[in-house]
Amino acid sequence: MKIALLGNPNTGKSSVFNLLTGLRQQVGNFPGVTVDKRSGFVTVDNVQHELIDFPGTYSIYPRSKEESVVFDVLSKPAHSQHPNQIIFVVDASNLQRNLLFFSQVYDLGIPCVLVLNMWDLAQRKGITISVDELSKLFPSVPIVQSNARIGLGKDRILQALAGLESTYVHHQWFIDGYPLCPLDDVSAQKLEAEERLKKIKSALIKVVQTKEPFGESTSRKIDRVLIHPVFGYVIFAMVLLTIFQFIFTFANAPMNWIDALFAHLSSWTSHSIQPGLANDLLSQGIIPGIGGVVVFVPQIAMLFFFISILEESGYLSRVVFIMDRLMRPFGLNGKSVVPLMSSIACAIPGIMATRTISNWKERLITILVAPFMSCSARIPVYTLLISLVIPKTFVFGFINLQGIVLFGLYSLGIVFALLVSFLLKLFIKQKEKGFLLMELPDYKNPRWGNVLINVLEKVKIFIIDAGKIILAISIILWFLASFGTDMEGSMHGLSKSSAYQSMTKAEQSQAMASCKLSNSYIGLLGKGMEPIIAPLGYDWKIGISLITSFAAREVFVGSLATIYAVQNEGAAQTLLIDRMRNEVKADGTPVFTLASGVSLMVFYVFAMQCMATLAVVKRETNSWKWPIIQLLFMGALAYVSAWFTFSILS
Amino acid sequence: MLNTLDRIGLKRVVEIVSVDHSPISSKLTEMGLVSGQLITTLFKAPFGDPIAIELNGSVLTLRLEEAQFIEVKA
Repeated sequence: MKIALLGNPNTGKSSVFNLLTGLRQQVGNFPGVTVDKRSGFVTVDNVQHELIDFPGTYSIYPRSKEESVVFDVLSKPAHSQHPNQIIFVVDASNLQRNLLFFSQVYDLGIPCVLVLNMWDLAQRKGITISVDELSKLFPSVPIVQSNARIGLGKDRILQALAGLESTYVHHQWFIDGYPLCPLDDVSAQKLEAEERLKKIKSALIKVVQTKEPFGESTSRKIDRVLIHPVFGYVIFAMVLLTIFQFIFTFANAPMNWIDALFAHLSSWTSHSIQPGLANDLLSQGIIPGIGGVVVFVPQIAMLFFFISILEESGYLSRVVFIMDRLMRPFGLNGKSVVPLMSSIACAIPGIMATRTISNWKERLITILVAPFMSCSARIPVYTLLISLVIPKTFVFGFINLQGIVLFGLYSLGIVFALLVSFLLKLFIKQKEKGFLLMELPDYKNPRWGNVLINVLEKVKIFIIDAGKIILAISIILWFLASFGTDMEGSMHGLSKSSAYQSMTKAEQSQAMASCKLSNSYIGLLGKGMEPIIAPLGYDWKIGISLITSFAAREVFVGSLATIYAVQNEGAAQTLLIDRMRNEVKADGTPVFTLASGVSLMVFYVFAMQCMATLAVVKRETNSWKWPIIQLLFMGALAYVSAWFTFSILS
Repeated sequence: MLNTLDRIGLKRVVEIVSVDHSPISSKLTEMGLVSGQLITTLFKAPFGDPIAIELNGSVLTLRLEEAQFIEVKA
């Protein structure tokens, strides 16, 4: 049997869900739309039933394409997700608005339980509710009280569910003549809502007693500071700064452990099974590929840990409130701010966080521009190139020029994110208009259980849904780097050369790796694309590194190290810089000049050099169309601006 | 004195007279913005938009372009 969990946003619905299902839950999408479908199991009378959490909405009539899943499922008994029973959660301190949606659901005639949640909060606000009087409004609906945030009410809800099957008789409509209105008939929907509200209002006079609260509530007092025209922004900036500090300080260590673990695992595998194709595929393709998925987990987990806390506490809606006006000219929404800011750490959690944006167009634009924000994987590329081509001089005697360039690269990304949003706003067409009719919930202490579940959920989504694609691309890249038309021949030639014979063991293996990569399919691709990238100031060796760094931007550094046959550990950075500095073209001029170096940095600001991000965009937009469009326009922008930079500087 | 909600100053209690027809009029109704409802203007975001109002003990935010559909009297 299927049980649907319905209710308004901010009613503690997900707390009720977590309370009923515990950790036995799954996440996915509702069929055909990118709306989170969380489902789990509840046991009623020793029988397991599937509990499905629907997105919180204010009415059965959707505000956006994404919300229409509620209408579709409830209005079509033949729908695969159509529920047999409903648990409807309301905020006990705001019955009037909550009961509007409930009265619509009640009139569908599906057996349901009404849960008055946040009972304690209502009492603290001086609200008393007569359950008997409320029952007269909805005969035969069992009404239970709960306080899911502190874990109260599970037994009562389960008991009410158990009794539902046999006793539920729907013998009275809330309003007469209730067929659902057509989705596009706004006037009819408005009339229906008015009629329902009128009846609810007059009935609630007997149900709810409210003592006039004295003075300003705590939330209002906090708001005076957090929404302040000056302090509001200062505090938000400080919150972001703290989050980034935390992530940069603490995500690095586990990411290095994961890297080391998978490096060990692949070297162990390559030594312990028979050498050959299977060994190579496993130790150089699959294991590093899985490592490339898992390495993102610390950042994703940490960012969602903070985002969940901000969301649970009620602060996130205030951020939306103060940022909305600033983002709107760019076709974005106040809700785009947190995803975009998160992308400075990593675009993957940033893009996953766009689910809160209910307007599809605004959400899509946010997803498409998020990778312009310079993520942490670009830092190794930036720092290598900056120390290579930017002199360590001081402007005005105290500002480090290298620092200015780094700052410039970050700013370039932010400016173009906004600029491209503005252009996309003009190109992407959509009928429905975005609006900001939103509740500001009271401030609450975050529930750690909910935060934990949310973090686990996001990590799981990433590993399972995006992981498949990342692994597949890693294997393709491995194949292209390990095979070539005449790789064996070149390697054989190298091993016979007198220069090779006189090298040490370590130098020999570096030279061999370099020879292998240069003669692989990727090497051939890099050489083949040299005419295309020559106008940007790059040679085929940089071309190879551009292709391999599609796995992840920081791979660029490692690939150059392999091609230039320098030891890729410890003092590698200085070694590599020296090697790169001495690198010359056929005509004797250096490869890495100010012009080609800056051009390369600009290329990395704009290019979509990250398969993991593409995989996540595919998941979040539910099609390959948008990640491919994104790959192409970011690539085109990167090419043109790198060419422009190179032409000006050389 | 009739006025639209986007032109009302802060910390004022006003009564909704009518909600004009618009693509979002049914959504305004569903949030409880119906004629006869008393609302208090609470605060504005920096730059004056959006605004926050209180009704029945909960706080709602609206952009000015949404608030202009709501006619109120003091």
